[in-house]
Amino acid sequence: MREKILHYIEKNARIDLKDLAVMLETDEAAVLNELEAMESEHIICGYNSLIDWDRAGIEKVMAMIEVRVTPQRGMGFDKVASRIYNYPEVRSVYLISGGFDFMVILEGKTLREVAEFVSNKLSTLESVLSTKTNFILKKYKDYGTIMVEQPTDERMKVSL
Amino acid sequence: MRDPLSKTIVGIEPSGIRKFFDVVSEMPDAISLGVGEPDFDTPWRVRDEAIYSLEQGRTFYTSNSGLKELKEEISNYLERKYGLSYDPYSEIFVTVGGSEAIDVGLRTMLDPGDEVLIPEPSYVSYKPCAILTGGVPVPIPLRAENEFRLTGAELLEHITDRTKILILPFPNNPTGAIMERHNLEEIVDIVIEHDLFVMTDEIYAELTYGDAGHVSIASFPGMKERTIYINGFSKAFAMTGWRLGYACGPRAIIEQMLKIHQYAIMCAPTTSQYAAVEALRSCDDDVQAMREEYDDRRRYLIHRLREMGMDCFEPFGAFYAFPSIQGFGMSSEEFAERLLREKKVAVVPGTAFGDCGEGFIRISYAYSLESLKTALDRIEEFVKSL
Repeated sequence: MREKILHYIEKNARIDLKDLAVMLETDEAAVLNELEAMESEHIICGYNSLIDWDRAGIEKVMAMIEVRVTPQRGMGFDKVASRIYNYPEVRSVYLISGGFDFMVILEGKTLREVAEFVSNKLSTLESVLSTKTNFILKKYKDYGTIMVEQPTDERMKVSL
Repeated sequence: MRDPLSKTIVGIEPSGIRKFFDVVSEMPDAISLGVGEPDFDTPWRVRDEAIYSLEQGRTFYTSNSGLKELKEEISNYLERKYGLSYDPYSEIFVTVGGSEAIDVGLRTMLDPGDEVLIPEPSYVSYKPCAILTGGVPVPIPLRAENEFRLTGAELLEHITDRTKILILPFPNNPTGAIMERHNLEEIVDIVIEHDLFVMTDEIYAELTYGDAGHVSIASFPGMKERTIYINGFSKAFAMTGWRLGYACGPRAIIEQMLKIHQYAIMCAPTTSQYAAVEALRSCDDDVQAMREEYDDRRRYLIHRLREMGMDCFEPFGAFYAFPSIQGFGMSSEEFAERLLREKKVAVVPGTAFGDCGEGFIRISYAYSLESLKTALDRIEEFVKSL
């Protein structure tokens, strides 16, 4: 049941629990219990909305920053990561295999704000060796949802 | 001037619900639960493969019977999924949808006067195709109390000296009925005893829910040699517009079917064939995901229908429910038309699928949960207003 619940709420956190219960052949209380259990176990870490800020007419600047660091003795990468992810403007931090160590996704109001964060906060961290900032120009698809086009039903209304 | 028209073709009744369809098409704001095709897009990898084949300039005819690699994949697929064993080079050919296979199969096997048993309600093309070839369609009205499965007794009742073919349209459009192994066992015995042939239209085979799983009549001992097996890509892989299906059967029948196909069609669309190879090779997970989602919606739909007091048996196949509207004191067509005019929801009256569909409507759940919900809310309002 857990896997099914997660499958549905990952795509639609606002799904009516009564409907979900019917589809999973159980009752609403059982679904709710399961959800609460998964929240407390931190399996469900939060419920966010997927927003197209461009369409909302609200200016946002997003950048993906490749960061190379020196891991700290005894702590590995985790200690460095926490120095980075605790900044509220940092949306995501991933440890990456390949040519650099962290992928940091940053959100700011303006280009300058992002640039300042990189030069003042990120680059100045002791263990950071280098950064490379990639600004996002257009979001085509995010979290499995295509942002640039809206799905339409082009089927004939009735067919046998 | 002489009458330009053939008496046979003029004699075929146009679909009785064309009028209703016209009304629907004039209401652009109507929401519909009336479609007979998946709401999912064809998996991208399949579309991508088609694009690639076009880029490669693979735009020529294929052999009449279809691409060799496609026939091989079909053969593997049928073995893997349903335990059927068909030789890709002599017992399988690729058609323009399951529809072509139905037409060609009947033309290949029927002489004028031969009777074709058609369980009803069922898809609309068997009857006219039988008539076009001079055959005599004999409907077998199925019953809601049997969950619209065909019983041995019903079959026996309709067999005459002229009976040649039994059509088995399961999982069924419009009822969503399936035939489980024990249901088929009964049928197999009678078919063999009366020396009948079977045309089994298993286009919805992948969309079978519950634990039983789909069983093909062609997998029973002694049945392969008397069965034309029809399947295709439309429903399982969400590929309706690609127009691609296939027919399998004993070599002697397939050889003759191929003659008609060769002269009337030449070959199935090449681009679609390349796409279908990819569908069979790498889309098991996509098919599984679609089936699971249909299954969840199915449970939701049936729950809602019963909650609003509509009597409906649990359908285990395809993506349709076939609730009874007999309690509301009107015909299927009246019900559908009033629902459309008063609440702007389109469903298909059961009579579109044969006379014994009277008293029922077909509701499709090839829709997102949200659309389904909105439409069902309106149906509920409508039903409560009666």
